[in-house]
Amino acid sequence: MNYTEKLQNVSVLGAAGKMGSGILLLTAMEMADLSLKPENKGKHFVLNAMDVSSEALLGLMKYVKAQVLKAAEKKIVGLRDFYADREDLINNSEIINQYVEDVLFIIRPTTVLEATYESSVIFEAIKEDPALKVKIFKQINENSKTKPWFCTNTSSIPINELDSKAGLNGRVLGVHFYNPPAIQKLVEIIKTDKTEADLVEFANTFSKNLKKIVVPSADFAGFVGNGHFMRDALHGIKEAEELAKKYSFTEAVYMMNKISQEYLIRPMGIFQLIDYVGIDVCQYIMSVMNPYLKDEDLHSSLLDKMIEIGVRGGQNFDGSQKDGFLKYDKGRPVAIYDVNKKSYMNIADFQAKCDAELGKMADSVKPWKAVVGDKGKDDYLKGYYNDLKTLKAMGSELAIKYAKRSKEIGLKLVADKVANNYNDVNTVLLTGFFHAYGPINDYI
Amino acid sequence: MTKLRRKVYMVAGYNTISMGTGRKEFHPKKPRPDLEDYIKEAGQAVLKMIGGAKNVDETVIGNFIGALFNRQANMAAFAPMIDEGLRYKPAIRVEGACGTGALALATGIKSILAETAEVALILGVEVQNTVKAMYGADILAAAGWAKERKTGHAYFFPGKFSDRSKAYAEKFGADKTRAAMAKWYQNAIENARLCPTAQEFHNNTNDLIACGMNKPNPKGFVDSLNFFDCSKVSDGASAIAIVSEEGLKRCGISKKDAVEIIGFGQAEEDITKPPADHTKLSTTKVAVEKAMQMAGITKEQIGTVECHDCFTIAGIMATEAIGFAEHGKGPDFVIEGNTSRTGSVPFNTTGGLIGWGHPTGATGVHQAVTIWEQLTGKAGDAQIEIKPEKPYGLTINMGGDDKSLVSIVYKRAE
Ligand SMILES: NC(=O)c1ccc[n+]([C@@H]2O[C@H](COP(=O)([O-])OP(=O)(O)OC[C@H]3O[C@@H](n4cnc5c(N)ncnc54)[C@H](O)[C@@H]3O)[C@@H](O)[C@H]2O)c1
Repeated sequence: MNYTEKLQNVSVLGAAGKMGSGILLLTAMEMADLSLKPENKGKHFVLNAMDVSSEALLGLMKYVKAQVLKAAEKKIVGLRDFYADREDLINNSEIINQYVEDVLFIIRPTTVLEATYESSVIFEAIKEDPALKVKIFKQINENSKTKPWFCTNTSSIPINELDSKAGLNGRVLGVHFYNPPAIQKLVEIIKTDKTEADLVEFANTFSKNLKKIVVPSADFAGFVGNGHFMRDALHGIKEAEELAKKYSFTEAVYMMNKISQEYLIRPMGIFQLIDYVGIDVCQYIMSVMNPYLKDEDLHSSLLDKMIEIGVRGGQNFDGSQKDGFLKYDKGRPVAIYDVNKKSYMNIADFQAKCDAELGKMADSVKPWKAVVGDKGKDDYLKGYYNDLKTLKAMGSELAIKYAKRSKEIGLKLVADKVANNYNDVNTVLLTGFFHAYGPINDYI
Repeated sequence: MTKLRRKVYMVAGYNTISMGTGRKEFHPKKPRPDLEDYIKEAGQAVLKMIGGAKNVDETVIGNFIGALFNRQANMAAFAPMIDEGLRYKPAIRVEGACGTGALALATGIKSILAETAEVALILGVEVQNTVKAMYGADILAAAGWAKERKTGHAYFFPGKFSDRSKAYAEKFGADKTRAAMAKWYQNAIENARLCPTAQEFHNNTNDLIACGMNKPNPKGFVDSLNFFDCSKVSDGASAIAIVSEEGLKRCGISKKDAVEIIGFGQAEEDITKPPADHTKLSTTKVAVEKAMQMAGITKEQIGTVECHDCFTIAGIMATEAIGFAEHGKGPDFVIEGNTSRTGSVPFNTTGGLIGWGHPTGATGVHQAVTIWEQLTGKAGDAQIEIKPEKPYGLTINMGGDDKSLVSIVYKRAE
């Protein structure tokens, strides 16, 4: 495999989307860095940014420019070496501007699929629609002159299914970035039993050059990340539905969101995370995964109901949060949607009551922010969970139950051979979901 | 010049806050005071102490490179903005990179000596937080030889002093050098915590030595310095009045509130040449020797020093340039605590460039203000004891990599 040769002509499909834009940015910089190496002088590098939305492509270029500028400023020390022989570039500012230009000049925004026919590698991040992905892969594969490699960003569709339906003969691999790709460190790599070894090697090298942490996952719908997240979310939803028998719906959602954030010391509560990913996306991923699961029904009628009403969550193009289960003011939850009354209820109106119902929190509890980077967190968490166990309040009991379920999900992913080992499951949650600790632990 | 032909005093010093990261008020994206604000604040404060603009014969404004940081040149014309009373009076702007402030002082001293002024208002100012650090590095690189910029480090000046630190460590031992740099940092921050205008006044880190011991990261920064070894990016102004005997009377200031300039030394080195020895501040040494010779004093009589610690290693080398420590023994001198505020000769008692801040064009003036405060008992919480057998203060202000030097010897007026 000639890594550089493979990266001389690349396409990103869905380049203007949430995931596509990040993948495009990282790929463009990796290609530019290659093009600047002395041994690659004179070689051409082309990166097609393909998307059906012309308008979004315009926004994409602005996004990429701003991001490359930031990245260039950060790596100015190395860039000065890259441009050491360019006598006209003296100041950091000149070098940074040149780098931004060099990256941007590699990118060719296009709405035409034919542009991808000369690419050796295709990164795909169009919407999670198996039929659409298959159709496009097939079209490119049949028209391409290069027998390209397909790296799909699908969150849930088995890679094997894409391979066989599109007739790719082992030239497809799951390269699953996390949102946003430019920041999230985790990449799950999913090969099938047919995937070409060279392609796997390429993806590993590529991910490492992007300074990502690679976790291999078996080709099983949902892979490791969503395999855990979707079940974890379903647990939170079911617990809330249970609580809603005794409390109002909004109170129940508030309580489970608090349990899953503050009690479990996670960066966000489960309902906030569902909003962040998008209620529709969660619903969809569950629906794609569900047919492959034997003894399990991965489905939530509550999600269906929210979508039906038209409350979806997800993010605006600028990365700000749209309202979903929760309503946000400058990124902070301020109200909760009542599915029965079809309106948002201010958290402040029922917070005190709910907190009292949940009972005392452990004195040793700390916010996620204070724990995540702490070197001594293992000892701390052992102590914290011990405290939680002795509390015997509704909140602490729900939290322990939640943590147990989260661990059980993790263990099953290994038992089902979706993840290679416990460590891989924990790495996915630590790096892909920014948890302070892995679900497979001996705290509970 | 072996002796000053006339008595020269400094009075009525004033420092604005040194603004930048570390100060609670500082937010990179929020509006901040600008050149005009700092010039007015410092200038007006001094005028108030000396009886108003009517008493001033001349103004000297020191600014390194507002032309690039602030799109502003012709800075002398800011003098009448300070006070209408300065309108149509002479003003001059001087520049010598980070040594600008003391060049402004030297210019004022010479005006007094030349009898073209009896009262000179000296003001140094710089506003540098207008650009991000990697672009600021381009601007500050102008303190070196422009023809070297291309081959220089992205962070040009940290690169220069990283080379010095590396050479020093290779010659005299890396562990000892690093330990002394960490100790220098600790002293700087501890002193800054006693001075409300210092940039590090709010610093409440527990383990300062651990910060100073951080391993340099050559991929993101320079080979042999960590961030704590470097003075920060600062905005601010300092001002002081230089007066003759007659000027003192005119301003109605008593001698106990004045310091006398006993000697000063200037030295310039060729900007196109690399240092002959990276482990020495040779030009600094010459300037200090000249100042002490004019003052007719020995180093044993010096009670406190404000030296140009743009980087920790420069502070350590300064102890050798003055002669407190032999070549190669500066680190030991610092580690033993001699330069700390309770040591044999306290250095940089309000934090120096690393702790107080380094608004480049203002720094030399800030040093003079600090010495004036210490010798006249006005240093507040930062006050050190000035012993009768060691009544002298010394400042060293450096432009570029040991290129433009001014050193001054002070004593409380009597
Ligand atoms: N959002 C996440 O958190 C996340 C995380 C990991 C993986 N993924 C996966 O990444 C993929 C993309 O998700 P997203 O969140 O970026 O979606 P998105 O809706 O933000 O982006 C999809 C993009 O594809 C474009 N597109 C639609 N049809 C197309 C076509 N026929 N040809 C070319 N472009 C087309 C759209 O215009 C849009 O710009 C999905 O498979 C998703 O499951 C998403």
